[in-house]
Amino acid sequence: MIKLTGALACTLLLASIAPLPAPAAERPADPLASPRWGDMEKGILSGAPYVFDARVKVEAPATAENPLNVPVTIDATGLSDVKEILVFADFNPILEILRFYPDATPAYLGFRVKLQQSTPVRAAVRTGDGVWHVGGTLVTTVGGGCTAPSMGSTSSEWQKRLNEVTTRTWNEGPMSGRLRMRIIHPMDTGLIAGIPPFHIESVVLSDEAGRPLARLEVSQPVSENPVFTLNRGSAAGALQAQGRDNNGNTFNVRIPQ
Amino acid sequence: MRRFISMLVACLSCHAWAAGSDYHLAPLAIAQGVYAFVGEQADFDPSNGGNIVNTGFIVGAEGVIVIDTGPSRRYGEQMRAAIARITPKPIALVINTHHHPDHFLGNQAFDDTRIGALAGTRKGIAAEGDAFAENLFRLTGDWMSGTELRVPDQILEAGPLKAGGRSLILLALEGHTDADLAVFDADSATLFTGDLVFNLRAPTTPNAHLAHWKDTLRALDTFMTTQRVRVLVPGHGPIARNATPIAWTRDWLTWLDTHLREAAADGLDMNETLARPLPEAYRNIPVSGAEYRRSVGHLFPAAEAGSLQPNP
Repeated sequence: MIKLTGALACTLLLASIAPLPAPAAERPADPLASPRWGDMEKGILSGAPYVFDARVKVEAPATAENPLNVPVTIDATGLSDVKEILVFADFNPILEILRFYPDATPAYLGFRVKLQQSTPVRAAVRTGDGVWHVGGTLVTTVGGGCTAPSMGSTSSEWQKRLNEVTTRTWNEGPMSGRLRMRIIHPMDTGLIAGIPPFHIESVVLSDEAGRPLARLEVSQPVSENPVFTLNRGSAAGALQAQGRDNNGNTFNVRIPQ
Repeated sequence: MRRFISMLVACLSCHAWAAGSDYHLAPLAIAQGVYAFVGEQADFDPSNGGNIVNTGFIVGAEGVIVIDTGPSRRYGEQMRAAIARITPKPIALVINTHHHPDHFLGNQAFDDTRIGALAGTRKGIAAEGDAFAENLFRLTGDWMSGTELRVPDQILEAGPLKAGGRSLILLALEGHTDADLAVFDADSATLFTGDLVFNLRAPTTPNAHLAHWKDTLRALDTFMTTQRVRVLVPGHGPIARNATPIAWTRDWLTWLDTHLREAAADGLDMNETLARPLPEAYRNIPVSGAEYRRSVGHLFPAAEAGSLQPNP
């Protein structure tokens, strides 16, 4: 019991001190113990300084019933001076999922992702000092009993409604400041023979004056017909959302408050 | 100590082998000439081998009508052996009520018989059957060995059907999937609903259309009254002698539909919706938590799309 209390106190003490980036010689151990972390460190973070940081919260179900539609929520609002959030999955054939630049919004984002197999899903959050703060969670992708994967882009809905945007904002109550946005797009990965990659590439959210509030660089693993959940922060009035896919198709909508 | 552990391991694996070979199927006589095999109210797992489903058979003057064949070849074979212990009559017809794996993967045991299903069910089994079987291999293991797809070879349609010397009425419905067959045995006034009705067990929704399903439940309610149904065999959960399982299923679906729409209207995303608690009344219902989570995955995207508005 005494030992346990000691260990707990020790943990609390450590948690109260902001983690320092590890020197290149002794990298911190990956809390998710992924055999791919070494590659992520080199390939995704390009050897830049990083820390594993519990203030980067990545939420996803421990078991994904439908691997084509795994909900992921990134909350890095516990960090200040966030410049960029890079979301990736160690074992996906396309590692990078998206990059989120919360220029003038809270560092909070929800969306859904396609996972090929069980994998850590991680967010690396770059702060103004150039350090990446890494958080993550493990997702197991064994389907449930009667679970069939969705038929995905076999529907022809997207051909008629490509880049159609629907939104809603919440201005009061517990979800005050929230914006949800859905874009009709097949988000083809290019990994299936005969279907080239076809995906949304960029989304920019601006205020009425055209000042960018948040920017997204979106990659193929984001689910079909993406739905993004953001917080508009202190920006008042109507908003503007502009986007483009890799084939040059664009959208531009005004979102009333 | 090491020796003790290895003995223990040997013993455990021996037990697992024994458990993995026998479903202990015991036919329950539920009406004159009508029997059911009632499965566990659980998820697919290695301890139950996928026996989570209700199947049944009707003994006619000339032969036996089998309704659903269970989750594996082994289940089908043991079901057939159990039927043979009740009657020496031949199997006249096997019916698959819909295309979910626990209802048709025992078809191989009836290789010498016609297997009938609605056209949509046949199509679903042909398209998704292998993937379903693979998934059950993952979830239940050795119980599935030797199981291969056998697609129904006879298309059934709504209306009266004579089989095995028995008068049946087939109801071609939808909602749980795109093609759900209910089978009514007129002589005994017994209705096999397939998975259109769950009783005190959380409904599964991977192919569900909630509005259609609720319309279908209304039609089943009417049928119960007009045909004076005496016994109702749901796809999962205890057999009933009244229409309460229909109301129970409707209540769950209505709650689920309302709950998901409210979550979307409140601005919740999928993770937040998954985290919402179940109502008190459903917390102790078998597999309610797991089925709720699956249903959020299947149905929340549509509820969410309905809550958002177009922009100029």
